[in-house]
Amino acid sequence: MNQPHSKSKLVRIAIWAAGSLLVVVALYLIMTSQVMAKMNGEVPADLDYSTTRTSDNELFRVSYVSSQDIVPVNQMHQWTLHIETADGQPVEDATIGVDGDMPQHGHGLPTRPQVTKNLGNGDYLVGGMKFQMGGWWVMDFTISADGQTDAVHFNMMLK
Amino acid sequence: MKIKHLLAGLFILAGVGLLITACNSLLQTRWSEEELASLRTLWIGSLQPLPTDPSNKYADNPEAAVFGQKLFFDTRFSSNGKVACGTCHLPELLFQDGKPLANGVGTTDRRTMTIVGTAYSPWLFWDGRKDSQWAQALGPMESAVEHGGNRTLYAHLITEKYADEYTALFGSLPDLSYLPLNAGPVRDTEAAANWAAMSKQDQETVTRIYVNMGKAIAAYERHLLPGESRFDQYVEAVLNNDYETANTILTSDEIAGLKLFIGEANCTNCHNGPLFTNNDFHNTGVPAAQGLPEDTGRAKGAQQVLADEFNCLSHYSDAQPDQCSELNFLVLDEHQQERQFKPPSLRNVFGRGPFMHAGQFVTLEEVLHHYNTAPAAPAGHSELEPLNLSEEQLAQIIAFLKTLDGSVDADLKWLTSP
Repeated sequence: MNQPHSKSKLVRIAIWAAGSLLVVVALYLIMTSQVMAKMNGEVPADLDYSTTRTSDNELFRVSYVSSQDIVPVNQMHQWTLHIETADGQPVEDATIGVDGDMPQHGHGLPTRPQVTKNLGNGDYLVGGMKFQMGGWWVMDFTISADGQTDAVHFNMMLK
Repeated sequence: MKIKHLLAGLFILAGVGLLITACNSLLQTRWSEEELASLRTLWIGSLQPLPTDPSNKYADNPEAAVFGQKLFFDTRFSSNGKVACGTCHLPELLFQDGKPLANGVGTTDRRTMTIVGTAYSPWLFWDGRKDSQWAQALGPMESAVEHGGNRTLYAHLITEKYADEYTALFGSLPDLSYLPLNAGPVRDTEAAANWAAMSKQDQETVTRIYVNMGKAIAAYERHLLPGESRFDQYVEAVLNNDYETANTILTSDEIAGLKLFIGEANCTNCHNGPLFTNNDFHNTGVPAAQGLPEDTGRAKGAQQVLADEFNCLSHYSDAQPDQCSELNFLVLDEHQQERQFKPPSLRNVFGRGPFMHAGQFVTLEEVLHHYNTAPAAPAGHSELEPLNLSEEQLAQIIAFLKTLDGSVDADLKWLTSP
């Protein structure tokens, strides 16, 4: 009569121990992920990393090509920006403001990139491109053409 | 029966324990694809070939390097005949001095930086107020607290002691005998007055000689490059998938420290690439050094390099204007740049205390404690967030930093006074 009783007690202890362990592990995981999230700020899971994007008010369709196959860290390089109207016409006389930052770090670029040449056919050379660390970067271009201004943003995850 | 159950339970516990340990060690020594990519970027094998210095046409001239080495170690180029570049940049201490503040003829407000690997730096000094090795070399030579000398003193010395070597490289030396013994745009009032009294043409002639001295010293300094460390040997083995060898090179603590370094501790935000520096400028809330004047770091350095008479765009530079891309796209933002300083390379950091731009921290433990707690900056905004790492983890990071020790990668002839 004693044995079944002690066996079921053992089973209960085992279940209880396993349960507590699970709770502890779950709590630990939640806490560390929260600490990490707080430390680094979350990178939104659904970020659009495409190199062709539409401006905020859909006035322009903009794409970029880097002078290096992969956008490098710690290396000065250039971008070629191509700007079209929503219906696909190249924008040839745009004034372009360039800025960039790391949303999680609260700092910007180590350089002050600028458009150095209007290449024609809606293409613009942007010089002074440099990123000083890996991670999530956002490049912002403010484009003014034909009396209208709109901004376009490119997300990058640099390594 | 109870004892049996107890024993069985203990066995299971022991088994689980072993499994966890095994998993842990496996996790510690195996790297994810992302981590491997990060390790590769830090590996010395990823160091690009030495970049050209278009501002210095003598940069890769072997005779200029030999001449520059002599100038680097010659104490006659100082106001008291006792200070050379090599006084603070000691070869036996990997071209730094191990002091909180540098001592020339006086004491500076900053810690001596190493020269090793500076050929890769777009900006020189803690605040980047110079943009080439040659322009950097000229700063201390006419600083009142470093060499304490001046341009005519040096031009006369070149004429007396190094006329043959100088003319072989840079062409004939004009007659300078009528010029004052001491003259230059320096703090010393007599030398400054003498300089102001000289004709523009004489000033230009003397400054050209001064610039050529800098360019020769830079040609020498380009030979001082960082050598392989235990960390590099480890990464090489890991990249070859040879974990058996790799795990004999670093201890589990060092590996754990490396994992933190490229991960949770965020060190590679600034200390990235094979030189372990991004050569940019950051405010990490380093405390102000007691007894020294306010130091705004890059906020002032950026203004200074733009106005510097020896910068890449100056007429003393051999570069075409479009080759001065760092200067052409320079950030000038006093607010953002307040108390930003350049992250030094971490190669050989272990024995290189005291740390920070004025030697504020004596030990690496103090440095790591600072990064772990992220105190507010004395001025400007610190980029740090508290890491909340354990004491054990901090010790592991320090253990890892020790693996970055290595010698200077240079022919032995460059490592002593000629």
